[in-house]
Amino acid sequence: MPEVEVRKRIVTVEEIFHEGGERVKQPVRRAAALAIVRNPYAGRYEEDILPFMDDLKPLGLELADALITALGGDPQVVQGYGKGAIVGTGGELEHAALWHVPGGYAMREMLGDAKAIVPSTKKVGGVGTRLDIPVTHIDASYVRSHFDAMEVGVNDGPREDEILVALVMTTGARIHARVGGLQVSEIVGEDGLR
Amino acid sequence: MSKAQIRKIVTQVEETRVEMGKPIDPPTRKAVSVAVIANPFAGQYVEDLEVLMEIGAELGGLLGEKCVEALGVDPAQTESYGKAAMVGENGELEHAAAILHPRLGAPLRQAVQKGAALVPSSEKMGGVGAPLDVPLGHKDAAYVRTHFDGIEVHINDAPRANEIMVAVAVTDSGRPLPRVGGLTASEAVGEDGLR
Repeated sequence: MPEVEVRKRIVTVEEIFHEGGERVKQPVRRAAALAIVRNPYAGRYEEDILPFMDDLKPLGLELADALITALGGDPQVVQGYGKGAIVGTGGELEHAALWHVPGGYAMREMLGDAKAIVPSTKKVGGVGTRLDIPVTHIDASYVRSHFDAMEVGVNDGPREDEILVALVMTTGARIHARVGGLQVSEIVGEDGLR
Repeated sequence: MSKAQIRKIVTQVEETRVEMGKPIDPPTRKAVSVAVIANPFAGQYVEDLEVLMEIGAELGGLLGEKCVEALGVDPAQTESYGKAAMVGENGELEHAAAILHPRLGAPLRQAVQKGAALVPSSEKMGGVGAPLDVPLGHKDAAYVRTHFDGIEVHINDAPRANEIMVAVAVTDSGRPLPRVGGLTASEAVGEDGLR
């Protein structure tokens, strides 16, 4: 398994105290981990791209671990997650899809077999492109208070022959969530949806 | 009692492992921590900016410590620093200056230990999501050419019209592949803040 070439890694933590409403003592936190990796398939059409999916698995675990560390080291605090990728212009959208398995299952495994699908998004973009990564509850996708998103990006990537892969974890609902729907207290937690 | 009404703090660590195909080992690392605060003087001209100066002192320590903690190093191992602020549209550029220049430096220097050099800075007005470039220079000797650098920060929901974004950056390294000569960190004396 060839080593994935990581040019740069970025970990960001947001601590949110309020958004015009009541100020909370313990801020809601959102963390993103980004890696800019070389795209081995840039500049050509390659039929069999699956080997790179396996190559990315250690990086998925590394980024998931970096997020848990950045949030204080206890996986129990994580309530929401999401993932995404931006493929540099020498690549194709399908290359971004290689991140689903290594990114998603790394987080689910490290969070104690989280039940819900990891929401995701992807695109092709140039250097400095921003990506809005969708976030939902880790055990029940329909929990409305935890529908969220975090914008990520980096000014010097992805270059043509690179892919930016990203994972996001959050520690709670939107700061002033109040639009009803399924509550955390109502989660059954069996099918990953409710 | 805290003077700064903080809505949000964003802290980021960026590490460069490869530059132009060359492995960087150990990676160069830059941290930046940004507070999004209410501008107490939004929408009005106020002559005395004392409150903002106090906020500057408070944030210099808080954000400096966040950066050092995020880098996970001893304060003495940090190498360069910088500061910047971006004022939302209902403020005034002078508000950024009041936060950055009079009192932010001393507590920041405490957070990184020593810090004989001027803290390089920049300020601007901008809308939500506008990029803010924080300049970086060696913390003890401003002429160290290997450490002239910068880091961009970008928060999609800040600064709102009545807010100010205040950023402090701290590194434990210079540029990844420095080769434009000049004073190096190992040659610096670090007493006069320049060389």
